[in-house]
Amino acid sequence: MKKSVLFGALTVTGLVAGAAQAATLDEVKERGELNCGVVTGLAGFGAPDANGVWEGFDVSVCRAVAAAVLDDPTAVNFVPTTGQTRFTALASGEIDMLARNTTWTFSRDTDLKFDFVGVNYYDGQGFIVPTALGVSSAKDLDGATVCIQTGTTTELNLADFFRNNNMSYEPVPIETNAEGQQQYLAGACDAYTTDASGLAATRATFENPADHVILPEIISKEPLGPLVRHGDNEWADIVRWTLNALIAAEEYGVTSANVNELAAAPGSNPEVNRLLGTEGELGAMIGLESDWAKKAIAAGGNYGEIFEKNIGENTPIGLARGLNAQWTNGGLIYAPPFR
Amino acid sequence: MTTTSEPPKAGFHPSQLIYDTRYRSLTIQVIAFIALMLGLSWLVSNTVANLQALGKDFDFGFLGQRAGYDINQRLVEYDSTSSHARAALVGILNTLLVAVLGCALATVIGVLAGVLRLSKNWLIAKLMAVYVEGFRNIPLLLWILLIFALMTEATPQPRDFREGGDAAMILGDTVAITNRGVFIPAPFWGAGAGILLAVLLLSLVAIFFWRRYAHRTQEQTGRILPIGWGTLGLLLVPVTVAFLALSLTSGRQVQPVLATGASEGMTLADYAGSQQAINACTVPFSTESLNLRRLMRANDLRFNLVPVADGAEAIAAAEAGRCNILSLPASTIAASVPAGAVALSDTITRGNPVEFERPILGGFNFEGGLQLRNSLIALWLALSLYTGAFIAENVRGGILSVSKGQTEAAFALGIKPSRTMRLVILPQALRVIIPPMISQYLNLTKNSSLAIAVGYMDVRSTLGGITINQTGKELEGMLLLGLFYLVTSLVISGAMNVYNSSVKLKER
Ligand SMILES: N[C@@H](CCC(=O)N[C@@H](CS)C(=O)NCC(=O)O)C(=O)O
Repeated sequence: MKKSVLFGALTVTGLVAGAAQAATLDEVKERGELNCGVVTGLAGFGAPDANGVWEGFDVSVCRAVAAAVLDDPTAVNFVPTTGQTRFTALASGEIDMLARNTTWTFSRDTDLKFDFVGVNYYDGQGFIVPTALGVSSAKDLDGATVCIQTGTTTELNLADFFRNNNMSYEPVPIETNAEGQQQYLAGACDAYTTDASGLAATRATFENPADHVILPEIISKEPLGPLVRHGDNEWADIVRWTLNALIAAEEYGVTSANVNELAAAPGSNPEVNRLLGTEGELGAMIGLESDWAKKAIAAGGNYGEIFEKNIGENTPIGLARGLNAQWTNGGLIYAPPFR
Repeated sequence: MTTTSEPPKAGFHPSQLIYDTRYRSLTIQVIAFIALMLGLSWLVSNTVANLQALGKDFDFGFLGQRAGYDINQRLVEYDSTSSHARAALVGILNTLLVAVLGCALATVIGVLAGVLRLSKNWLIAKLMAVYVEGFRNIPLLLWILLIFALMTEATPQPRDFREGGDAAMILGDTVAITNRGVFIPAPFWGAGAGILLAVLLLSLVAIFFWRRYAHRTQEQTGRILPIGWGTLGLLLVPVTVAFLALSLTSGRQVQPVLATGASEGMTLADYAGSQQAINACTVPFSTESLNLRRLMRANDLRFNLVPVADGAEAIAAAEAGRCNILSLPASTIAASVPAGAVALSDTITRGNPVEFERPILGGFNFEGGLQLRNSLIALWLALSLYTGAFIAENVRGGILSVSKGQTEAAFALGIKPSRTMRLVILPQALRVIIPPMISQYLNLTKNSSLAIAVGYMDVRSTLGGITINQTGKELEGMLLLGLFYLVTSLVISGAMNVYNSSVKLKER
């Protein structure tokens, strides 16, 4: 008995050791499938649809990477992670990348040994309360009971916010967004706090969204983006430039509708030509085929299309581009040059 | 005379290690041990190599860093500026709290259900069977979640208790059952609480001697003394008398409310009007603090409480400007009031040795009193009911192991059934019941780590959850967590073994 446990443990560590050492790109190709960490379920950002197919803003990043690497946007094994399990899943090699509204912070980038490859949503932390409570500002929340997802940056911001404003609160720790929503709707907490985008997405699934207000205060900066393990720079490059390709595609007007046509032959814009592989050798530089970006864009459209389809103003979630507009429109979304 | 066999030569041949049964088991053990050690060292070196590959170091320095997160249920002082070690301590105490509460309730439930399952009353016996089978055969996690869901979904929100709402407090407006927990009155300790405690301890000692005397009398003379009534009387009468005496003498004493920057004879309401904010220095859970709060509430004042340890600290805090109102505990010398503070015309009484603060509805939630969070209640009840079902079976098995002849003999001697159970059956059954009971206590303690399911902040959720997640120190955190559960389990089984040897069959 004791021995079988021991050998079980040995094989597990052996497997983990293997995962941590081999090059991620080769592993993914060999497996024929990308292991992508996502949320357990957050409308618009990552959730299975009625047929069990994952879709959402973060999920699209996984699909784009799978398309660029494996030429198949469906070759993704989605691994649902909670605020607490996501980092262990990534560090142990259970997933190849994490696309789960995760905030880029100093300690996560350095001490936790991850590499954030960019930002796909500039966000900040907000509060949602029932309209019936008559609260109009987060500063009125003294003494409130607040639902908060554990293992997040928002948990730390919450503590700082109340401390700095000399207010007291009672935290109700929750594991997943679904649990938070249930507790909040049951009135077990007066307010729910997380990234403002998450609040909008959560509110969109309420029966009566109008009965709840998101308070005006944004108490933190939450740049959300995909991340990979520290140490495999080639793999980090692939994920980083796939995200950049989606962003650049919007800037240059490459869409899922016209990408095949544009990629068929070199056009007048050399940047687009290099992006789509009709000119230059960019694909080879990151160990992929020359039309990698074309496949990524064809998977779900460019950044703007992904935004509009999943969380944009015409969806129930109804987020405006705001900070997440292209830099050319006064936003912060900006891809470095493809050359 | 011929010897059929030569006495074996004293020489030793290596093949004996395998073929000689005297040595073979030793050989196998040595080989197994070496293999185990090799495996272990491989595990360790593998872990070290992997940590290195990930670029992670192995150190416990994170325990001293600022934790940064808040914990709702804390038995010791803690806030988000405390260290991760402190957060771990808060978690440990929460784990121990639910483990102790759970073991106690599980024992009561288990013994009752075990005895009742053997009852001659068909209905009771069957009901107990249903309880035992129901809880034994459904996973604990489901029970925890079910009870938690019931507690949050089926109970009213605090705001339903407002006027016009459809919920009301029970037991004379002292207890509120809400979907955030049950709020009960909290005890506050006043002057003379120490004396009261001393009286209680003396009563317990007296009870011990009374019971010993009663048993001895019965053994020597056969006379049966009223043990139960004697115990009850010794427990209640002295404490009640002491309580009444103390509240009549010291509890009624008037105590001034001191305010810095006030003028002589000002009322509290006037003073509050002249100040921007009221910060009151009080000793938490003292009756003076409770009575000061009652006074301020009666005046409809908003105030902050600044906790201090004693009168001297209150004076220092007032002089440093951290608070502007204070009521000094009885022990402080009147001459040493803080500089610039004068007594207001409103006064408070020192209060009875023990007073209870009722929870009252505040802005968002009930304030004051003691909050038993739903997470604690759900975890506690589920653990107790679940483990109680196993204990019930142990108890039933223990009772059945005592031969029926014993009961018949007791009845033949004219001993009442309840006495037969208590004096004849149980003492013999205990030695069968105790050893498996140890495992049940250990199970309950370790199962308490399911707390995470309902957001109860036990050590698994603080040290093993948030701390690990925020610092990325999985290995270190998990090792500490494992160590904690190991030590706790060893302590529990050690203590239970001592108890076991005190009840086991005495061989004379
Ligand atoms: N951005 C924060 C918080 C991210 C987070 O956990 N957000 C929640 C609420 S929007 C979420 O996505 N939950 C989905 C789930 O529970 O799976 C962080 O990185 O720590």
